[in-house]
Amino acid sequence: MAAGTFAEKGADLELVGITKTFPGFTAIRSLDLFIPAGSFFALLGPSGCGKTTTLRLVAGLEEPTAGRIVIGGRDVTSTKSFQRPVNTVFQSYALFPHMSVLENVAFGLRRRGIAAPLDKAHEALRLVELDHLAARRPGQLSGGQQQRVALARAVVNRPALLLLDEPLGALDLKLRRQMQLELKDIQTEVGLTFLHVTHDQEEAMTMADTIAVMNKGEIEQMGAPEELYELPRTAFVANFLGQSNLFTGEVVGSTPDALTVAVGGQRLVIPSQRAPRRTGTVTVGVRPEKLLLLTSEPDAGSVTASGTNTLGPGRVIDVSFSGVSTQYTISVPGVGDVIVFAQNMVFGPVVHVGAEVWVSWNVEHGFGLEDSPEEAAAGAAEAAAAAGADGDVATSALTTVRG
Amino acid sequence: MLLLPGILYLLLFFITPLISLVFTSFQQPVINGDIGQYSAGFQWQNYTDSVMQYLPLILRAFGYALLATVLALVVSYPLAYFIGVKVRGYPLVQSLLLTLVIAPFFISFLLRTLAWKQIMSDEGPLVVGLKALSLFPNDGHITGTPFAVIFGLTYNFIPFMTLPLYAVLERMDVRYIEAGNDLYASPFTTFRTITVPLSMPGIVSGTLLTFIPAAGDYINASGDFLGSAQTSMVGNAIESNFLVTQNYPVAAALSIVLMAVILIIVGFYVRRAGTEDLV
Repeated sequence: MAAGTFAEKGADLELVGITKTFPGFTAIRSLDLFIPAGSFFALLGPSGCGKTTTLRLVAGLEEPTAGRIVIGGRDVTSTKSFQRPVNTVFQSYALFPHMSVLENVAFGLRRRGIAAPLDKAHEALRLVELDHLAARRPGQLSGGQQQRVALARAVVNRPALLLLDEPLGALDLKLRRQMQLELKDIQTEVGLTFLHVTHDQEEAMTMADTIAVMNKGEIEQMGAPEELYELPRTAFVANFLGQSNLFTGEVVGSTPDALTVAVGGQRLVIPSQRAPRRTGTVTVGVRPEKLLLLTSEPDAGSVTASGTNTLGPGRVIDVSFSGVSTQYTISVPGVGDVIVFAQNMVFGPVVHVGAEVWVSWNVEHGFGLEDSPEEAAAGAAEAAAAAGADGDVATSALTTVRG
Repeated sequence: MLLLPGILYLLLFFITPLISLVFTSFQQPVINGDIGQYSAGFQWQNYTDSVMQYLPLILRAFGYALLATVLALVVSYPLAYFIGVKVRGYPLVQSLLLTLVIAPFFISFLLRTLAWKQIMSDEGPLVVGLKALSLFPNDGHITGTPFAVIFGLTYNFIPFMTLPLYAVLERMDVRYIEAGNDLYASPFTTFRTITVPLSMPGIVSGTLLTFIPAAGDYINASGDFLGSAQTSMVGNAIESNFLVTQNYPVAAALSIVLMAVILIIVGFYVRRAGTEDLV
């Protein structure tokens, strides 16, 4: 890159067959990825999935074992970190403790011999609303403020590619929301390419144009947030990105439009174009908020005709109220546990533990997985392990798969 | 109240000998008395006389100490960086290398210096070898030269330089270095603008721990060890006045001058280095 000038616009990033092995394990397995210039791309995955390693490879802080890294059409695989037109917002901020906030922000500009570095640093600090603290040391700032300084320090360089390593992890919810919007604004305003690494699926969905879900060093699925959410291809994606009810059963009927699957003595129909596997044992799923809770048995005949699936009767075994919605866990004999998210249209839960209920959903909302039943069980287990805090829910999803 | 034992300790073991030293430095000889017999007095001339007489030794002491400190820093910094940063992932290697740095302490300081005297003596392997290779004049010596004295000082104080540097570098977050590289700083620039400033507390304590004792050292420069009359430092003058010629007032005055000069130098140095700014 020519000294003293900014990148005109964002550059695209291409990873070709990237593999990274550390002594004892493989962090990334033959990864291919193309990120178009000017996009906001999120790498989403649990800790240890290789997403941070991918970022460090792009930044030049690690060397790939195999493969090429191309930024803006230029192969940078063999170049050093300081020679790449890339800046990183580190998870730990890594603000230099011996310099003022202003000098921190001006650091990259000075190294590249950009004119009037201090003016530009002030400008970047104004963008993150911290110009009044320019003379302070990073140690005197709060976590959220340090976060914003780290962002300003990277953005001020107008890198062709900005790498964000879980940059909002340390912030409280309110500030995180605000920073998410600010980041998005900066990205659109400046037109840079953002590569954002996160384990927070909500953050990824809010901010990114494209999400790649990573698991065990490989990309499981890539696409727009809505696409990934509404049509997950694997059990891992189905349960890492939100939650899903998954059912495994034999295909008993197939037409060009619809696939019928027998699950625990009950029949479920999903649209054929939403099901990549159409024979043998398949895993199908539906999102919990798509389910409708019924307190009386629907008329079987009219159900199929109106294009809905029904499961039941089952018993409510858990009700948990979370303000906007209530989560019901229903045990359906022969099928397993089914989770339903219901909006709180009335005050409080509509049924209580022990009640006999049926669930139904529109056939259009079902999806089939590419996973074989074994892969689906493993993927659901991984997602459950990754979810951590949501352990209960994910475990019940796992039981559903096995049932 | 809790400070009381500490204050008493200081009064007893630091302030008392210091006061005694100050009194001694003003004493005058007893007229018609024995050698080494002095009485209380207020003889200012002790200071002016001793400084006039020993000025070259005072200057030499600070010159040698400065050179030894710089050399020790140049040797110790890469060493401490290697142990503290490069082999951070290998605790076993780290402990082994640290043990090697400390290992010389298991042998007496005097014995080690004498060993060097043997190695560098005119009949020793170094001189003989160099002469055999015609890299050294036939009438050349190593012992007794400023080179040998500065070498001895550097060698003897290297652990005092390495350990504080190691302590700082070992705790230094390498992510600062990564951030520097990420922000277009070449490895050298990163070292200059990030690593060195962040390790400043170690540099300051290491240089002080080397410079202060080196300036007052009288072993390395002594003719019995690596030095000769031409390499005498102020410490040698103090030693011979106290123990050989029994000129206690001059020795005491020289000690106080040495202490005062060190205090002034250290005071300026610490202020310049500005360690209080570092978090």
